[in-house]
Amino acid sequence: MGGGILILFKHKDLLGLKDITAAEINFLLDTAVPMKEIISRPIKKVPTLRGRTVVNLFYENSTRTRGSFELAAKHLSADSINISSSSSSVAKGESLYDTARTIQSLGADVVILRHPMAGAAQLLAGTVEAAVINAGDGAHEHPTQALLDLFTVRERRGEIAGLRVLIVGDILHSRVARSDIWGFTKMGAEVRVCGPPTLVPPGLEETGARVYYNLEEALVDVDVVIMLRIQKERQQQGLFPGLREYARLYGLNRERLALARKDALVMHPGPVNRGVEIASDIADGPAAVIEEQVTNGVAVRMALLYLLTGGGDRHENDY
Amino acid sequence: MKMIIRGGRVLDPASGRDETADVYIRDGLVSGPFKADKTTRVIDASGKIVAPGLVDMHVHLREPGYEAKETIATGAAAAVRGGFTGVACMPNTDPVADNRFIIEFIKKRAAEADMVNVYPVGAVTKGSRGGEMAELADMRDAGAVAFSDDGWPVMDAGVMRRALQYCKMLGAVIISHCEDKNLAAGGVMHEGYYSTILGLKGIPASAEEVMVARDIILAAETGCPVHIAHVSTAGSVALVREAKKKGLPVTAEAAPHHFTLTDRAVAEYNTAAKVNPPLRGEADVQAVREGLADGTVEVIATDHAPHTVEEKNVEFDLAPFGLVGLETAVGLVWTELVHTGILTPLQAVAKLSLHPARLLGIDRGTLAEGGAADITVIDPELEETVDPQHFAGKGRNTPFAGRKLKGLPVMTIVAGKVKYER
Repeated sequence: MGGGILILFKHKDLLGLKDITAAEINFLLDTAVPMKEIISRPIKKVPTLRGRTVVNLFYENSTRTRGSFELAAKHLSADSINISSSSSSVAKGESLYDTARTIQSLGADVVILRHPMAGAAQLLAGTVEAAVINAGDGAHEHPTQALLDLFTVRERRGEIAGLRVLIVGDILHSRVARSDIWGFTKMGAEVRVCGPPTLVPPGLEETGARVYYNLEEALVDVDVVIMLRIQKERQQQGLFPGLREYARLYGLNRERLALARKDALVMHPGPVNRGVEIASDIADGPAAVIEEQVTNGVAVRMALLYLLTGGGDRHENDY
Repeated sequence: MKMIIRGGRVLDPASGRDETADVYIRDGLVSGPFKADKTTRVIDASGKIVAPGLVDMHVHLREPGYEAKETIATGAAAAVRGGFTGVACMPNTDPVADNRFIIEFIKKRAAEADMVNVYPVGAVTKGSRGGEMAELADMRDAGAVAFSDDGWPVMDAGVMRRALQYCKMLGAVIISHCEDKNLAAGGVMHEGYYSTILGLKGIPASAEEVMVARDIILAAETGCPVHIAHVSTAGSVALVREAKKKGLPVTAEAAPHHFTLTDRAVAEYNTAAKVNPPLRGEADVQAVREGLADGTVEVIATDHAPHTVEEKNVEFDLAPFGLVGLETAVGLVWTELVHTGILTPLQAVAKLSLHPARLLGIDRGTLAEGGAADITVIDPELEETVDPQHFAGKGRNTPFAGRKLKGLPVMTIVAGKVKYER
């Protein structure tokens, strides 16, 4: 960004969307547009982050998010390394604080953290000078997922304000739901959430979301349906009786989708439980934009890496 | 050794005394007036409060077993710096204080520290595992003043009922940490808006209230006294209030953090504010304050729970529960309750000295002539910003760092000896 152009994203880290403004979200999404153009080229590589180091620090298994971040870094020519909890000193019981100190000493510019516990990204961000991107921390936030959801909706609809967005499923344990609620609400959409009362946390209305327990009611006139993955372990915790009953009450099928607006988009952060939260013909049908979300995820993460490393306002001859 | 504390506002809740007067100390006891001579230390207490030595009936001194967090000596130093002349220490040490030998060990260590009166609390069940009853009478004879499985609530109502019955012959109270483990179910903070947006597992108010109700029912049925530790919810306060109206042998304490802070203090994943029971909502804080004002809650106790910096500098889920309270308690009571008019100075002193002393059956909490000269002098106008680096105890885990307090202890006298003076 040259002189005179306002840089609208001035944060060291991206830990969540709760403390990000609508203007900053828009700026991020705008920056992702040319990034998407780059990945549509036959040679998907630009030198923007040459000489920069990106560390992927994953304490949880992840195929989609991790692959997406790795590709984003590679397209921008950054050097990236992967540290996962099963194959490192983390497995020997090293604390997050000490791992953070090590990463600091390695000279990372960006650390991407996926962690099973809420607040881990904030702890890391307070310890390292590098920019920290939260790639999902417990049930707290998964901001890049919400950004790619916002990008996908904005690209399809042009405008997010005024849309009705419904999030269905295990809201209680979902970091995607929390980031989507903040993101879509800030952008002027009306957000509804729907799930069994045992999987909807208290105080959600204070975020601006409306809570429904009946999927048919919740679906009426919505523009976007985001289906969340239901995990079988929640059944063992006694939060719902089983997948059969769950699918009967909260599974998205053709009849139910007909209650939404005709041009409604169906989204899913993946991986999909076909026949449970979403019927196969819907997941593969014309309303679904699930694969597009994956592509857009790379573009959004490229934009974020670019902005958090200085937004291109440093040039090679500066060094 | 003679001492005269001159011209202070003497508050003695046992007699209702509240007047400007001199207090005389001779041979470690409160005495009648005498003339000062060369060997008499005369202390000017004008503008200050002279109170019976404060007693904190709920602290964790961590020794034996967790000396990196605190020792009896460092905990005693924290106590006198906080204005306390006596502390009752909970049995969740390693090994658990569930037998005479640990009780004797604690008393021995306290005598070596020679700083503050330490009153051990024995475990209710062996290993505090909630099963077989520990040797309560033997521990009582060794010096245990009360019994509790603090930190590990007695989940089996049958075990609790028999322990209450058994304690009747000992004349010792059971202190109940009220928490239904099935309802708390691995929660790490109060269940509400903040747990939702932080994505942390909540502990509902019912986890405490179900157990408070159970223990009140057991106290009513057995006629045996129960003391509810650290009430944190509006529902608990209401249950205790009802029980007292019916004349049941139920008492309750509240901790300064529960009448000062809400669950909002946990935002930013501040592990110094991770405590059990958790910091609750605004209505709960108000209810605890009302309970203190109307006498439902007659004791203020800190639940002083030191931990190391390393233990707290981790992911919120992994951090241990607990915060240190001894060195901020008086300041918080005066700032939050006395200067705001919720309690009179005499009421505040009663909740910090006479009431806990009576509950524990110890001969303290009064300035009557002939009694032990355990005395706390408080300057109600003195202001200070909390700086954990100045704490005498080992723990730095306080959510009050940087908070301005008005009304602080300036002298702590134990058995006629000045143990702390600022």
